[in-house]
Amino acid sequence: MLTKRIIPCLDVKNGRVVKGVNFLNLKEAGDPVEIAARYSKEGADELVFLDITATVENRPTILEVVKKTAEQVFIPLTVGGGIKSCDDVRLLLSSGADKVSINSSAVTNPGLISDIASEFGSQCLIVAVDAKNTGKGWEVFINSGTKPAGMEVVQWAQKVEKLGAGEILLTSMDRDGTKDGYDLEITKNVAEAVNIPVIASGGAGSLQHMYEVLCEGKADAVLAASIFHYGEFTIEQTKKFLSSRGVSVRI
Amino acid sequence: MITVIDYRMGNLRSVAKALELSGRQVVVSNRPEDILRAKLLVLPGVGAFSRGMENLNELGIIPHISEKVKQGTPLLGICLGMQLMLQMSQEGGKNPGIGLLSGVVKRFGPGLRVPHVGWNTVSAKKNSPLFKGIPPDSYFYFVHSYYAVPEDEECILAETDYGVRFVSAICKDNIFLTQFHPEKSHDTGLKMLKNFCSL
Repeated sequence: MLTKRIIPCLDVKNGRVVKGVNFLNLKEAGDPVEIAARYSKEGADELVFLDITATVENRPTILEVVKKTAEQVFIPLTVGGGIKSCDDVRLLLSSGADKVSINSSAVTNPGLISDIASEFGSQCLIVAVDAKNTGKGWEVFINSGTKPAGMEVVQWAQKVEKLGAGEILLTSMDRDGTKDGYDLEITKNVAEAVNIPVIASGGAGSLQHMYEVLCEGKADAVLAASIFHYGEFTIEQTKKFLSSRGVSVRI
Repeated sequence: MITVIDYRMGNLRSVAKALELSGRQVVVSNRPEDILRAKLLVLPGVGAFSRGMENLNELGIIPHISEKVKQGTPLLGICLGMQLMLQMSQEGGKNPGIGLLSGVVKRFGPGLRVPHVGWNTVSAKKNSPLFKGIPPDSYFYFVHSYYAVPEDEECILAETDYGVRFVSAICKDNIFLTQFHPEKSHDTGLKMLKNFCSL
């Protein structure tokens, strides 16, 4: 049967992993290719590189990173960060990425979703949605969670599905970085409202959190960063835990 | 020489890099001469069936692919590459495929999350060099909304469960087709590609 996916996410800036990871015996704490290879070996189901390179001149470095990763890592790779056009997508896919993730550009230009879907296929397109629970309910935020987009989360999720998104990456901005757990309510609301896979992100602090969001939260996959990067839990431990609780995972 | 057919659909680099691990020369090309001189052919691909056929027709290489297959050159079709080998797809209406195998391509029905994305078990139904050294019910990576329904059940090599029990691999003479992506299926997938390269 189809298993739930565990997906580590790396922030990459100018071709280096930001903050690095805390693995034992890792020669290059900041080398995304080496870290990707390591995670792949440890059982990661997919990988995400989030390109947070600020300057336009340095943006091509992510393509080099993707090319090198494709030589050594043979699990699906998603790249997100600053993608604004089909040309951006084309360059990434031809460099070795399997999927791309778009966030703010989907909000400011929803036509980009259908353009990418019709050009390359929905299966290569993840639309990332950042959600905050404000006084008025769950709202979509863009620009790294700083600017309200004036839309309700579930409605936006349904819209992106209609426009051609293959998957949704849902981040609770309130939970992100807190280690208090994913937000089960909004994850479940989105998962029940759409017919495409939903990847939960934001707040993982324990293995129990992952279990909860995959079950009660009805997510199909979990994205996690610091919980893996700082060596708190390994992917193997995570999968063993989930499996022991009856969650179908690839072991 | 292995030729990975480039008809501009999807991430070819991963397929090429994975095949290179076999030690054989790999060429990514859509030139007729590269298809004709290949010892092994790989037809990869993700994306829409109609776009795939459009590109293949535009490149004018379907006759060369068909010729090579009829001559006995092993061909591995992956994902969209598998679906295109069949006669017809329901995707986008009624679209004719390359037609080297009888059968149709259907969409996963309601009640399922579509596309089928992630790792799922593949159960081989008969012996094949493709599965040599691969444990039964191994996990492979899938990402697709449509699946192949071959007319001849004898050619079904493997099945997978996702709402329905669908055909996840086909083997007929020198034609090997997988719905899953061996180049994205880590060591198990790489082993399968190595097996193909040893043909």
